[in-house]
Amino acid sequence: MTDSLANLFPRPFEASSSSFVELLSGQRPLLEGHGAPVPDELRQLMVDGTTVVALTWADGVVMVGDRRATAGNFIAHPDMRKVFEADTMSVIGISGSAGPAMALARVFATELEHYEKVEGEPLSLEGKSNQLANMVRGNLPMAMQGLVVVPLFAGVDRHTGEKSIYEYDPVGGRYLARDHAATGSGSLTARAVLKRAADPESTLDTAVTTALEALFEAADADSATGGPDLVRGIYPLVAVVDADGYRELVTDDVEARSRALLDAASDA
Amino acid sequence: MSAPFYVAPEQVMKDRAEYAQKGIARGRALAAMEVDEGVVFVGENPSRSLYKTSEIYDRIAFAAVGRYSEFESMRVAGIRLADVKGYQYGRSDVSAKTLANAYSQALGTIFMSGDKPYEVELIVAQVNDDGVELYHILYDGSLVDEHGTIAIGGQAEQLTSALQADHDPGMDRDAAIRLGARVLADVVDRELPAEALEVSGLDRRNGRRRFFRLDPDEVTSILG
Repeated sequence: MTDSLANLFPRPFEASSSSFVELLSGQRPLLEGHGAPVPDELRQLMVDGTTVVALTWADGVVMVGDRRATAGNFIAHPDMRKVFEADTMSVIGISGSAGPAMALARVFATELEHYEKVEGEPLSLEGKSNQLANMVRGNLPMAMQGLVVVPLFAGVDRHTGEKSIYEYDPVGGRYLARDHAATGSGSLTARAVLKRAADPESTLDTAVTTALEALFEAADADSATGGPDLVRGIYPLVAVVDADGYRELVTDDVEARSRALLDAASDA
Repeated sequence: MSAPFYVAPEQVMKDRAEYAQKGIARGRALAAMEVDEGVVFVGENPSRSLYKTSEIYDRIAFAAVGRYSEFESMRVAGIRLADVKGYQYGRSDVSAKTLANAYSQALGTIFMSGDKPYEVELIVAQVNDDGVELYHILYDGSLVDEHGTIAIGGQAEQLTSALQADHDPGMDRDAAIRLGARVLADVVDRELPAEALEVSGLDRRNGRRRFFRLDPDEVTSILG
């Protein structure tokens, strides 16, 4: 049998044989750390900066991300997506270096689907969060060069109905959040709003409003976080996960809420 | 221990082919049918968790008969190939044709030079927006592009002709499931309630992932 065929045949007693990440790293190195720290000229061109927040509400979780991507003082992208469907019952938000972070989100979503197809059952929510921690840890060589990736993960467990938010640190530490979390350069400001206003038993409407408020304050304080752009129609991305699965609020809805927020802020 | 003696290559191939065909013919049958909404698989399978059909990718599915451990390894290899390709390129770049060719290569190599031929027969199906592709891979790697309906496993030929008599690619999913269940039961000359059947397929009305699998309750209500 040729080598490429042999690589694709399962090795039944390898515990990681349902893992897409393991498969990909066997085919070619997924993340190559080159060892030396990133030179300043290159660092200024790297895209990062973010605020992504997550909250639990009565029936699930909400995750909201801003849209701005910066490279030094340039706004590299005004409409970057930082919140992704990980699978039907979970959502991943990214912060840190945009390139590796987007790759992480994509590989993670593929990993979850791959496992489900091979095994016939999706992973538990905790299992998903754990595998994400492994992937962040695997990024350590790049993180040490400054290409840090810090995700935020949330979802609803298909079997138990439990809703959870997991935070991570750059070296793969995984932390179960109580009922709110934030990541990115604007996260400190966002967290202050969330701490005051988050209510794990609130309605979806209230949770979304709180999340958008937190982002709004973060955008006010952090130049690398974008607020709602009424002129171009670019708004934070709002993702919701409940027992019915993953969905995103339509732009019109988020626009209306953002306008209401701005009106309230100007009245105050 | 006797000295090795010469066996003509033709004889070796014939023996291997017979071995594989016998193994496959002993197993339970499975039918694949093109329908208005995509593709439907109806097969005899008394197990509630060990399946003969599976999702491979967004619009691609896999069905097999024969030795379970052998087709299970093919199934997983196919999912791996699809996910790696889809990741390296794009989701729409993964095609059933590539998978069918990969299976054909693998089975051909195993038939020629493996310790024993695989006793499996595979179907790879793809449901596009405007049509259906059905590929049939035999134990020796032969690859056939099928249309309409194809049956594999025990009494496959009988099944195929019985199905073709009443099948129409424009028929709806439920009608095809009823047809498949009836014909299967007739050919094996046994009653096949919903619990004895595995029913799944690809439905283009589904979202990104077109594969569906019906549980016994759903099958019961369709069989009426």
